[in-house]
Amino acid sequence: MPLPLHKALSERSFNSARRRQLAAGLLLGLAAAGTHLGALADTKTLRIIPHSNITVLDPIWTTAYISRNFGYMIYDTLFGTDLEGRIKPQMVEKWSVSKDNKTWTFKLRDGLEFHDGKPVTSEDVVASLTRWASRDTMGGQLAKALDRYETPDAKTFVLVLKEPFGLVLEALGKPSANVPFIMPKRVADTPGDTQIKETIGSGPYTFKADEYRPGEKVVFLKNARYKPRAEAPSGTTGGKNVYVDRVEWVIVRDAQTQMNALINGEVDILEQPAFEQYATLRSNPDLTLVDAQPAGNQFIFRFNFLHAPFNNEKIRRAAMLAMGQEAFLKTQVGAPGMSRYCKSMFPCGTPFESDATGEYTGIANPAKAKALLAEAGYKGEPVVLMRPTDLGAIAKLPLVAKQQLEQAGFKVDLQTMDWQTLVARRAKKDLPSAGGWNAFMTSWTASDILNPLTMAMMNAGGDKGWFGWQDDPELQKIKLQFSQASTDADKKKLAQAAQLRAFETVTHVPVGQYSQPAAVRKGITGLVPAGAQVYWNIKKP
Amino acid sequence: MLSFLAKRLLATLPVLLVVAVAVFMIVRLTPGDPAAVIGGNSATSEDLDRIRAQLGLTQPLWQQFRLWGGAVLQGDLGHSFFMNKPVVELIAQRMEPTLSLAAGTLLLAIVLALPLGTLAAWRMGSWLDKAVMAFSVAGFSVPVFVVGYVLIYVMALQLHWFPVQGYRRLEAGVWPWLHQLILPCLTLSVTYVALLARVTRAAVSEALTEDYIRTARAKGITELAVLTHHALRNAAVPVITVIGVSAALLLGGVVVTETVYAIPGLGQLTVDAVLNRDFPVLQGVVLFFALAYVLINLLVDLSYLFLDPRIRY
Repeated sequence: MPLPLHKALSERSFNSARRRQLAAGLLLGLAAAGTHLGALADTKTLRIIPHSNITVLDPIWTTAYISRNFGYMIYDTLFGTDLEGRIKPQMVEKWSVSKDNKTWTFKLRDGLEFHDGKPVTSEDVVASLTRWASRDTMGGQLAKALDRYETPDAKTFVLVLKEPFGLVLEALGKPSANVPFIMPKRVADTPGDTQIKETIGSGPYTFKADEYRPGEKVVFLKNARYKPRAEAPSGTTGGKNVYVDRVEWVIVRDAQTQMNALINGEVDILEQPAFEQYATLRSNPDLTLVDAQPAGNQFIFRFNFLHAPFNNEKIRRAAMLAMGQEAFLKTQVGAPGMSRYCKSMFPCGTPFESDATGEYTGIANPAKAKALLAEAGYKGEPVVLMRPTDLGAIAKLPLVAKQQLEQAGFKVDLQTMDWQTLVARRAKKDLPSAGGWNAFMTSWTASDILNPLTMAMMNAGGDKGWFGWQDDPELQKIKLQFSQASTDADKKKLAQAAQLRAFETVTHVPVGQYSQPAAVRKGITGLVPAGAQVYWNIKKP
Repeated sequence: MLSFLAKRLLATLPVLLVVAVAVFMIVRLTPGDPAAVIGGNSATSEDLDRIRAQLGLTQPLWQQFRLWGGAVLQGDLGHSFFMNKPVVELIAQRMEPTLSLAAGTLLLAIVLALPLGTLAAWRMGSWLDKAVMAFSVAGFSVPVFVVGYVLIYVMALQLHWFPVQGYRRLEAGVWPWLHQLILPCLTLSVTYVALLARVTRAAVSEALTEDYIRTARAKGITELAVLTHHALRNAAVPVITVIGVSAALLLGGVVVTETVYAIPGLGQLTVDAVLNRDFPVLQGVVLFFALAYVLINLLVDLSYLFLDPRIRY
């Protein structure tokens, strides 16, 4: 008969072991709590969970929003866009334009320095603009109109155009990817299709390369050399004042963990909570919600013009009429006050917003869509609609689209995949039955679709155009006219014409606008609303 | 034994070759295109063609494999398409968090599971045995992320004893490192404690029926010594095998825990590489895992020699 184990241990040794365990547990708990509170008390470091992991540190090489936001931390821009959509100077002190609108002369303001202490010169600007124009759509349009750059002195640069380009300032001050950030010439001389190897700018923060760990954290330090403008910050313009010593972007992928970290005080700002978290976040007295990108985002439905059934304009129109924004917004966003009906292709609240939307109302009309579908001779070809299941911000949209299209008489083949498979597949021109597609849905930051030149869906250049490959010389012509317009009234008129043409040919369907406010710990103030997420002007108590 | 060692090391070469070919083909034949990821939302088809050419993805597959394989033979696993860093450097950066998590979890599992399994075997059929087995079933059944969220809720959000997320490197000090690791290790260890306790119970209960146990008891050796020196030691081979397999699984299979606790380990690196279609990173990591698995298995096999003198290679 085996002896009970407790008999094998003496009473004395058991008790002393237990006492030691209890003491160790207590110490552990206290030490743990102490360390944790120590982290909370750090007022000089701002900790932020950005909306995604950052892998590319070159905001010209990629259009990823996270790389754009990284760019705003360490680089400065010649111009910026304020909250009302007006272009204002940033690194530029003053500028002038010749009477024929072909010669633009800019002078840099005093005191601009890169993080290594070297002054920002007109040579740096020209190299940066050249690289940017080789990658950016709007920059490319500007480059087409450009004859040459001139640099009469270290602080002056000149754009000499072959023909007038009405959007010079809009291009130089565009708030979203690709933003014309200014880099040192030695860095900017890197070809646009090759990643830069040195991350040095003249912006409000310096990048701490030795602490950068991809997938873990990105560290920025206050740039003591930076001389902010005197104006109040507005959008990406005005004074970029920095009130903390250090900013850490903490990479956390899991949405629940992100929220827990914020609630627990381990981070100060959660840039983009999931839609379903807002109710919890609102009810927490330690947190506030700040809409730092008030123009928001827009959901869209995009057609493939190459294949049946959407190679038929009437059928595209039928699909457009079948879609109603309310169902999309309620299903995908859900949270009250965070979405808005907007039938304009240019986001509501931005300069070219327009009610001129042809027969598109944004309210589902399945009866009319059905009638149009019959008139168009729809033969029941299945619509291959791609659905990304891993992208929570848009994953539910195709479910609504399927239902609405089927109500109008479409046959829909909903194919689920991850987002990266979708972006690879949407680049294929094959038949839908052979690995191609008919439609997909995505979302755009408002600042990326502010005008006909930056709106990818209005790139109707056929084979060389955006996915879906619409070929419409008429729309291209209106865009060209828009780029040459010199007055605001003309620009507005031509933007409206472009939108009407886009609705007429049904380039895509805007299915609603939404915002995703940042969640911020109480006491953190000064988050600047802009067309991109920027982190200057923030105070931490 | 030396010839055994040499043979086993040589045998790793075909294994690694098969893994290399398989992973190379799989990443290229599954849907997805790194160029589309790099190009972003605004890229046109023309842009994507240009990016593909730059990445070398327009070359024939055999040529791509030849270039990559040649570099691997020289110890170069290539460069990440996205991060502008060598794959070897990325793996090295992620080693510490993953090894820390794996070591901590295994340690916890061993410390908890061996006594529990041994006691359960010793008191088979008793309430203690039933409790340990019930815990084992629960440990297997409850998903890791549920355990993680519950522990976070109680120990981080309510008691504020531990942080919710993140990893502090050892260079920051032993306590900060340990402090950050305790919750993830506890979470992950639940499954391994369950597994190891069951295996230990089965192996020890079998050993306890052997003649040498009866002899030991007849000689008047204390029950503790019978259990630890005779039963557990003779039950060590299957237990060590499971520990070895667990170590191998922990190296690459802790993705969920790494995600829930935001630990920048090899699991996360693998997931990121899959999602971004970062072929060089994915190939490098899988090859590294294969090598680690082979070496761990070899170590386990070698440990048998010390645990059971009857085993000869």
